[in-house]
Amino acid sequence: MRIALFITCVNDTLFPGTGKAVVRLLERLGHEVVFPAAQTCCGQMHYNTGYRRDAQRLAVRFVETFADYDVILAPSGSCAAMVRDNYPRIGAPGSRLDTAATAVAPRVLDLSELLVDVLGVTDVGAYFPHRVTYHPTCHGLRMLGLGDRPTRLLRAVRGLELVELEGAEECCGFGGTFAMKNEAVSAAMGSDKARHVTATGAEVLCAVDNSCLMHVGGTLDRQRAGVRVMHLAEILASTEKEPAL
Amino acid sequence: MSGTFVGMPAFPEAASAATQNAQLRHNLRKATHTIRGKRAAVVSELDDWAELRAAGKAIKDRTLRHLDVYLEQLEEAVTAAGGHVHWAADAAEANAIVTRLVRATGETEVVKVKSMATQEIELNEALAEAGITAYETDLAELIVQLGEDRPSHILVPAIHRNRAEIREIFNRTMAEWGVPAPANLSDEPRALAEAARVHLRDKFLNAKVAVSGANFAVAETGTLVVLESEGNGRMCLTLPETLISVVGIEKLVPTWQDLEVFMQLLPRSSTGERMNPYTSTWTGSTPGDGPGDFHLVLLDNGRTDVLADEVGRQSLRCIRCSACLNICPVYERAGGHAYGSVYPGPIGAILTPQLRGTSSELDASLPYASSLCGACYEVCPVAIDIPEVLVHLRGKVVEGKGTTVERVAMGAAGWVLGDEKRLGLAQRAAGKARGLVPKRHLPGPGAAWTDTRDIPDIPEESFRDWWAGRGRGQQR
Amino acid sequence: MSDGARERILAKVRAALADVPRGEEPEDVVVTRGYVRAHTGGELIGLLVDRLTDYRAVVHRVPAAEVAEAVAQALKRRGVRRIVVPPDLPTRWTAASSVVAVADEALAVAELDGVDGVVTGCALAVAETGTIVLDAGVAQGRRAISLVPDYHLCVVRADQVVGDVPDAVALLDPGRPLTWISGPSATSDIELDRVEGVHGPRTLEVVIAE
Repeated sequence: MRIALFITCVNDTLFPGTGKAVVRLLERLGHEVVFPAAQTCCGQMHYNTGYRRDAQRLAVRFVETFADYDVILAPSGSCAAMVRDNYPRIGAPGSRLDTAATAVAPRVLDLSELLVDVLGVTDVGAYFPHRVTYHPTCHGLRMLGLGDRPTRLLRAVRGLELVELEGAEECCGFGGTFAMKNEAVSAAMGSDKARHVTATGAEVLCAVDNSCLMHVGGTLDRQRAGVRVMHLAEILASTEKEPAL
Repeated sequence: MSGTFVGMPAFPEAASAATQNAQLRHNLRKATHTIRGKRAAVVSELDDWAELRAAGKAIKDRTLRHLDVYLEQLEEAVTAAGGHVHWAADAAEANAIVTRLVRATGETEVVKVKSMATQEIELNEALAEAGITAYETDLAELIVQLGEDRPSHILVPAIHRNRAEIREIFNRTMAEWGVPAPANLSDEPRALAEAARVHLRDKFLNAKVAVSGANFAVAETGTLVVLESEGNGRMCLTLPETLISVVGIEKLVPTWQDLEVFMQLLPRSSTGERMNPYTSTWTGSTPGDGPGDFHLVLLDNGRTDVLADEVGRQSLRCIRCSACLNICPVYERAGGHAYGSVYPGPIGAILTPQLRGTSSELDASLPYASSLCGACYEVCPVAIDIPEVLVHLRGKVVEGKGTTVERVAMGAAGWVLGDEKRLGLAQRAAGKARGLVPKRHLPGPGAAWTDTRDIPDIPEESFRDWWAGRGRGQQR
Repeated sequence: MSDGARERILAKVRAALADVPRGEEPEDVVVTRGYVRAHTGGELIGLLVDRLTDYRAVVHRVPAAEVAEAVAQALKRRGVRRIVVPPDLPTRWTAASSVVAVADEALAVAELDGVDGVVTGCALAVAETGTIVLDAGVAQGRRAISLVPDYHLCVVRADQVVGDVPDAVALLDPGRPLTWISGPSATSDIELDRVEGVHGPRTLEVVIAE
């Protein structure tokens, strides 16, 4: 299958390893990945902070760039949710943007949806002999409704021991510009999440959103907790031949 | 601490102070986690919760879209049943009406059933100025009133107090207000509830005038509905001769049958019970049973402004259950006072800026008092999309502020992100400067990140550069 | 003061609803009542007992012929000497008891405060939620008598038990003052933990007559 990769601006700039892992994983499974070069950003930060017009401009670029693709992978729960949930209401009703954004929205998928629902695979042949805990990020959990897709994928990874995270469904406190505007509450939420993570004894905290992982991981690093954070794609791309850790 | 919210700092500062208060954090964590568990248990008992929620949403939407029709219908039905209907456009009008009605009875004391509307209009303060003492009779309201404190939760205004603090307040203050706390009062909730019973008993038995709100007002029949637990509501609604109910115009439901939905949604969402201990319904006045003189004060106080906003309108579906507060990770850590309003938590973050506007720094900061995690929307029994309204209100705040540092930064970010070549250049510049970026101490606004969190390593090469190189066969 | 407030508010409401199409009627806003009207498949009385007990009511199930005996036993256990009763309470319910039953003929509140308890019937009971509803009808009296005394003994006939809230709402008359009672008075205001016994009757005892 031909899959258009929307890498997202955060992954593109700060976490290229996640994008590389996505490419390695999907090619290993026999699919073709294309990267439309004109892509930049879905506009989530602007939209969620109240800069709707700036977000609309970025949305225009997104829908033009991805108009011709049937399957669009966004390896970030919140960016996928931005397009799927918010694009249908981002343009003025009846406008060209409204029509185009509403059309493209349902074609955008998170990695776990792509693998489980579209490609019909839960065992991707990965190998990752480590103790892992999974944080279901809010937009993945409540906007996309990913359910147990990510953990089904993780459970099928050879060698991986999945341990349950207490308070898993509670927000980590990132929240985009919330992390800066309400630094104290964000930090308090992050430290509670980090405490639950360390209590699991896991080596790795996994999620489908690098923004949240940047926040929890940054908190864990500050505490010198010795826990790594990894995007789901990086664990699923790991094999005996090319281990991620 | 004062009894009102005037002069509060913006949310981030107030919340920051709250996160440092270990006692408060513990009290809130314990209380919210207790009620979350109870709510989840009784909601999961009902297989048709989703259908009830959809019906509750639809009934409220029907009401709001035809509110003028229902308000006139309610007025007619209440009047036909022997009640008197008054209309108040704002807090001052409502307070003046209630003051006038109390004065007409010749009384200088009233007993009160917990009511958000009367807190919102600061009725107690207005009555005090007129020489009328209002006694709060709900246990949590009593704790707040005795402690000269502010409410911090919709359902349990004293949620920020634990049993030891409540005992201290009772011991210190009850004597000033009437029957003193018993000697050797323990901090057992049962003993504290008993102390409240004894303290208020004479007030109830001798009260001539009561003031209440209402959870619902049925347009079709003119029936008012109050849900409660302690029996203080029944006391106030039954024993006095005069009853004055101050009710927001959004509290209406069209028909008696509609209560079959809300009487399931509200108790389970609110106290996590299948049914609250007591619900009273009354229609006008009934000879020989309850107050002979009944007054309904219909309150606007900004609600029509909320109604006029097609996105914000859904906020008026709120039935004040508090489920969104109890689930909210921000509320749990910031506490209710930080929201600077009688409506704290997620619902307050959307309701207050709509009722009061966003001209003050505090009110403008409320739409940002959320990580947009969506837990509030998920538990809301009338499906208010709180994150949607928060984002909508953020847009209004931005529009209203003109050119700010943030506006400029967002514009610059938008410009860079608006074109893949500019983004690529910025990424390459960042990659080159990676060694210069400190992990732990960013200057300026970046400190808001690095005060508590390390920043990730900036990669040498962006994904798009890697992909381009891969296309040229350099990296496989 | 509030002169013209009515017209001002209604005008503001109508202006706020400018987006609602002119011809739209309230019924055009679809309300789908897809929820079930009775959550119970099983035996209603058993469920009612379970739910009442869960909220700390004391419950007895007796054959209809033994109501008087059950009432007498309950009052005796409680140590009650004087009770208030609605004027139209069936006299057979208290016939087996030696307590002084004062019929409520507009008793003063202080007099109500002086009795040890109250015995009433009810309008109906809701099994799913453990709720008893009084509507000031036969054998119930006015609202004050089931409120001021600290002990409430309520007799529920089996044929008064309905499954769920929608059944109850359909049967009740909104024109009457209603009191829905689910267990003794309680509060969750201290640390959101429920304790029973505040201003309303601190003990609720229910005799279900089958």
